[in-house]
Amino acid sequence: MSVSFALLGLLESGPRHGYDLKRSYDEAFGRDRALHYGQVYSTMARLLKNGLVEVESEPGDGPDRKRYAITDAGITDVAEWISRPEQPEPYLQSTLYTKVVLALMTGRDATEVLDTQRAEHLRLMRALTKRKNDGDLADELICDHALFHLEADLRWLELTAARLDRLAAQVRP
Amino acid sequence: MADQPLLTADDVHLSFGETRALQGASLHVYGGEVLALMGPSGSGKSTLLHCLAGILTPESGSIRYGDRDMATMSDSDRSTLRRGEFGFVFQFGQLVPELTCQENVALPLRLAGAGRREAHRQAASWLDRLEVPDVAAKRPGQVSGGQGQRVAVARALVTRPKVIFADEPTGALDSLNGELVMKLFIAAAKETGAAVVLVTHEPRVAAYSDREAVVRDGRVREQEPAR
Ligand SMILES: Nc1ncnc2c1ncn2[C@@H]1O[C@H](COP(=O)(O)OP(=O)(O)O)[C@@H](O)[C@H]1O
Ligand SMILES: [Mg+2]
Repeated sequence: MSVSFALLGLLESGPRHGYDLKRSYDEAFGRDRALHYGQVYSTMARLLKNGLVEVESEPGDGPDRKRYAITDAGITDVAEWISRPEQPEPYLQSTLYTKVVLALMTGRDATEVLDTQRAEHLRLMRALTKRKNDGDLADELICDHALFHLEADLRWLELTAARLDRLAAQVRP
Repeated sequence: MADQPLLTADDVHLSFGETRALQGASLHVYGGEVLALMGPSGSGKSTLLHCLAGILTPESGSIRYGDRDMATMSDSDRSTLRRGEFGFVFQFGQLVPELTCQENVALPLRLAGAGRREAHRQAASWLDRLEVPDVAAKRPGQVSGGQGQRVAVARALVTRPKVIFADEPTGALDSLNGELVMKLFIAAAKETGAAVVLVTHEPRVAAYSDREAVVRDGRVREQEPAR
């Protein structure tokens, strides 16, 4: 997954110790979710086994004596990963859609379902907006990515709210 | 947040010919809050905003500002209230094209009787606050859309109103400029303690609010204020 590619990519600028690598990762990508040391070492062990990194040992012992360096095969892998487009997520199994349809089928208030969801989405969007405006450019870009996705959900929600009568006519037995 | 609403719409009805724009709209606006009015196009958001601002008079129901019923106020009292306590930001076309941006911002102060020098000084400081000091001498036609909206925000804030009514203030801007306008607008409004009634159909703009109310078919579903 992307954590191992990110760690591998960070090594392209030069060999690093595990703890150094973790710190760089957390700073660049780990905003909400810092890596565990364990995850760094297990990932490095796997990359080592696959020949994507190699170890430069320093005198002494313990895991922090090891410096990891990327291999040519590793660089090729990173390049390939960066240039490969991500699979767009189709979201065709939306839980929210299921709730709306079930509410209509069972005579519950589907507008209420949508309104409750809108409030929840907006709550999160407010928090992200605040964080974005208090933060640096990296915060801004990360939060904007989330905000645009949440906005897309909300647009769907508004369109659905406007078409509830038609949907009800279709799904009611 | 104050317990007593600053502005209240109670069961407001208003039609334009056959079109029933508002059919029992009720809403509360509290001092210092940013309230987003959302909802589909044609649902009655702008009409409700104009009623709240005393620009339109409801056929039935009431609009109260504090404990004063707007319907029982004289026209001149209402326009004094609008000039003194309210500020307005629209989508576009609100600046006087013949005046410079600084003169536009100074205008509400001049109309309220301030001297020219003092009005211009305050206008300049608001243009600074909205990070457009360099447009002071330009006319609205010579500045970008985003700059123009920041001038409009400065003009709305210059009289330190209690309530600012903003109808799709970023509607004509791209995302980046819209965000910048909102960020500066809301920060400045919070600083002066003005409440903002913000009509928008854009969720990312609504995310600058403290709470939202959704207008649908001329009625309002209002989210409870946080206590
Ligand atoms: N001055 C007017 N004359 C006739 N119809 C109007 C006028 N203003 C608004 N309407 C109608 O009233 C309804 C509500 O309009 P409006 O409040 O502008 O909606 P929104 O701002 O939510 O898009 C719409 O059907 C609109 O066409
Ligand atoms: Mg409108």
